[in-house]
Amino acid sequence: MEGEFVEMGKLIGAGLACTGMGGAAVGVGHVVGNFLSGALRNPNAAAGQTATMFIGIAFAEALGIFSFLVALLLMYAM
Amino acid sequence: MYYCLIFLINLVIELSLFVWGPVATETSAFEIRPMDQFIITPLFSEGDLNWYTFTNQSLWMLIGLIGIILLFVFGIRKGEIVPGRIQSIAEVIYVFVHKMVLDIAGQEGLKYFPYIFTLFLLILFGNVLGLLPYSFTFTSHIAVTGILALLVFISVTILGFVKNGLKFLSLFWISSAPLPLRPVLLIIEVISYFVRPISHSIRLAGNMMAGHAVIKVFAGFAGVMGLGAIAPILAIVAVYGLEMLVVVIQAYVFTILTCVYLNDALHPGH
Repeated sequence: MEGEFVEMGKLIGAGLACTGMGGAAVGVGHVVGNFLSGALRNPNAAAGQTATMFIGIAFAEALGIFSFLVALLLMYAM
Repeated sequence: MYYCLIFLINLVIELSLFVWGPVATETSAFEIRPMDQFIITPLFSEGDLNWYTFTNQSLWMLIGLIGIILLFVFGIRKGEIVPGRIQSIAEVIYVFVHKMVLDIAGQEGLKYFPYIFTLFLLILFGNVLGLLPYSFTFTSHIAVTGILALLVFISVTILGFVKNGLKFLSLFWISSAPLPLRPVLLIIEVISYFVRPISHSIRLAGNMMAGHAVIKVFAGFAGVMGLGAIAPILAIVAVYGLEMLVVVIQAYVFTILTCVYLNDALHPGH
């Protein structure tokens, strides 16, 4: 009985951890949206900043991947 | 005429569902196991995994290596002035990474271009080969990407201390910030520095694992539905197209972050 509760808690926790991905989605959308609004104002300068945009996406995305990792850890490693 | 066609197609789908649906659910107890594709199995021997066991992981790393050798040794052996198909692919990849290193790490970073180029090729081939059906994505394992990221982290840290001496520590002590803020920033910078290898490796492995698992989930739906599975198959095509993009972008992101870290080691001033 007790084991089932632990299992249930793990699965609920894993599901809750996945909500963190929504935050990452907001972050990535924010980065790209701001890049686009800047790029449409000055298209000449946009090409040089694509790499910076991808770095920003990578940093924002890393935190979403952390929540995925937490979910995996809860489900398989604990 | 057009509606007739659609009606006919619908009829065929429904009939096939009617005929095949019960068969598919009865005969094959179909379970969706999207994570099974990441299991490492020995290929030529039974039993335990040792460091010398030839697994499916080793096989696909070998195939990736052979692909790189084919592209870059045999593809550009002729060295034509007007490049052919394969030679121009190799040249495009080379110029792309060369420009990336030059833009981000500067002229001094070009000394480490071979290492970064090797990283990019290994990850690119691992990711793209992983999209083939029945293949194994070796970059989806944190063991692989963790070693790659740790090698980058350790070598960049050593390089920073060798090139700049103790001035490398000014990376953490931001002199352009107001004085009361600097200790706070010091803590944040130190934490973010040591989180680098973790985020660097998990980003790649997590993206690969999640993307391939999504494809397998839709493939599982298609397997359950049998012959009439139009919607899951369309979804697989769409996700596959997205994955083609993600796969290349993740190789690019891994490489570009390596360049950023290298730049931090070469020019630690903010």
